[in-house]
Amino acid sequence: MLSVTDLHARYGRIPILNGIRLEVAAGEFVGVLGHNGMGKTTLLKALMGFVPAQRGRILFDGVDVTHEPPYARARRGLGYVPQGREIFPGLSVRDNLRMGFVGRGTEERVDAILQMFPRLIPLLDRRGGTLSGGEQQLLAIARCLAGHPKVILFDEPTEGIQPSIIEELVAVLRRLHRTEALTIVLVEQNLEFIAELAQRVLLIQKGAILRELEPEELRQAGVLSEFVGV
Amino acid sequence: MDLAAVLTFEILNGVATLVLISVGLAIIFGMMRVINLAHGEFLMLGGYAAIVATNHGVNIWVAMLLVAPLVVGVIGVIAERLIIRVLYGRMIDTLLATWGLSLFFIGIVTTIFGNTVAGIGAPLGSLGVGRYTISLYRLVLIGIAAAILAVIFVALRRTRLGLIARGTMENPNMAAALGVSPPRVYATTFGVGAALTGLAGGLLAPISGVLPTVGAAYVAKAFITVISGGTAILAGTAAASSLFGSINQLLTYFTTPVIGEAGLLAAAILLLRALPHGITGKLFRGSL
Ligand SMILES: Nc1ncnc2c1ncn2[C@@H]1O[C@H](COP(=O)(O)OP(=O)(O)OP(=O)(O)O)[C@@H](O)[C@H]1O
Ligand SMILES: [Mg+2]
Repeated sequence: MLSVTDLHARYGRIPILNGIRLEVAAGEFVGVLGHNGMGKTTLLKALMGFVPAQRGRILFDGVDVTHEPPYARARRGLGYVPQGREIFPGLSVRDNLRMGFVGRGTEERVDAILQMFPRLIPLLDRRGGTLSGGEQQLLAIARCLAGHPKVILFDEPTEGIQPSIIEELVAVLRRLHRTEALTIVLVEQNLEFIAELAQRVLLIQKGAILRELEPEELRQAGVLSEFVGV
Repeated sequence: MDLAAVLTFEILNGVATLVLISVGLAIIFGMMRVINLAHGEFLMLGGYAAIVATNHGVNIWVAMLLVAPLVVGVIGVIAERLIIRVLYGRMIDTLLATWGLSLFFIGIVTTIFGNTVAGIGAPLGSLGVGRYTISLYRLVLIGIAAAILAVIFVALRRTRLGLIARGTMENPNMAAALGVSPPRVYATTFGVGAALTGLAGGLLAPISGVLPTVGAAYVAKAFITVISGGTAILAGTAAASSLFGSINQLLTYFTTPVIGEAGLLAAAILLLRALPHGITGKLFRGSL
């Protein structure tokens, strides 16, 4: 579904991604774990096309999208739930959701999406910017789903979210993966969250994939200290 | 009583003129943060388009309401493609390029039509109000200015395109991540802004006549109105036009047009001292 080879990217002259290799099969749930500043966000931005690939190739659904602009990748079915959520602050919750539909030209079915996010229903007419962090996170996921993506790239959905909503996020993501059969790439620092959800976990360090782990390994003290130690 | 009616008319007329000359600029600046120094020339081109079409037998209303916006809209789309798009995000370069564009238009039009005033007679006649008469055409202009604001409001508020425009304005990258092509949105925005400016130029041609350099007379007022209006494109334009239009017309009526213009400028300076982000900078956050 998503196949990345030798991906290099930089900001100005500072190299950030140094030869990322990543294979994600259809229906898979892959976690990417890494500390602050290791290039997790940059990786997702490069996959979406916001950061140009200096070298390497990105295949999405068999098509080379390495040099396509973000909107074209989005229309192919690449969904993005960015770090910081990027809700349109001045648009109502409803219009935020509708943006998910109109961008990809899909039929507007706000009600259908809301069934999965009942918490958003009473908020529909509020401005996006007035929602709490957790509500914004749910809205960002719902907005992404509106465009019927095949793959969703999640960037630290638990950042700054209180534990009770994190549980809700686990349930939502699990449902997206199991019931909706979506392919998911989840970038996180939260070990528990990623261990709970991902089928495989990649460790990213200084812009390269250091190693691959089974989720169970994340719970083992040795691996953990090794990770925390790096 | 008659005087009050006539004064009200004069004020509304001043407000409508400001709305007409600045709404296209407000859209382009508000949505794209592009400062189009050729705005005055877009007005001028709209005027010539209407005059030339009328002189070639086109019905004057068709010339003003259709030909002028169409011609300038197309010019705007081409300018966006060739100049604005390449310089997007580079404010100084855009300023220089659009300034060059304005000189280019002045040069071309002077070559073709000469440096003389062209005009067309205003349609409709006049209406007696007691001892005074008011021009029916100017009355219609007030209605058209109000209608333009209303149509833009509805378009932004109720249509898919309007939603896409509002979303892209707030966060172009996120809009792109949802499948919206910001370059296309900007091209459309610029085209619509230019078309509205052409429409204004066409509508004002019967009143003030057109000259290749007439843009200079408009552009300063348009910028003052847009900057003073602040972030909300529609509310800002309407509020600033109302304020400055009233001041300008009242002073003009009781003194001279020169003092009217000076009063407008003074009011703008005072306003921006007090509210650096314009009338709608803080008060109307998030409105259109
Ligand atoms: N726009 C930018 N310009 C220059 N450097 C940048 C920019 N964005 C990020 N960086 C740098 O690139 C490196 C990787 O950043 P990135 O945002 O990908 O890290 P991250 O793994 O997502 O971190 P976090 O967990 O804090 O979100 C960091 O050193 C960061 O300072
Ligand atoms: Mg990050």
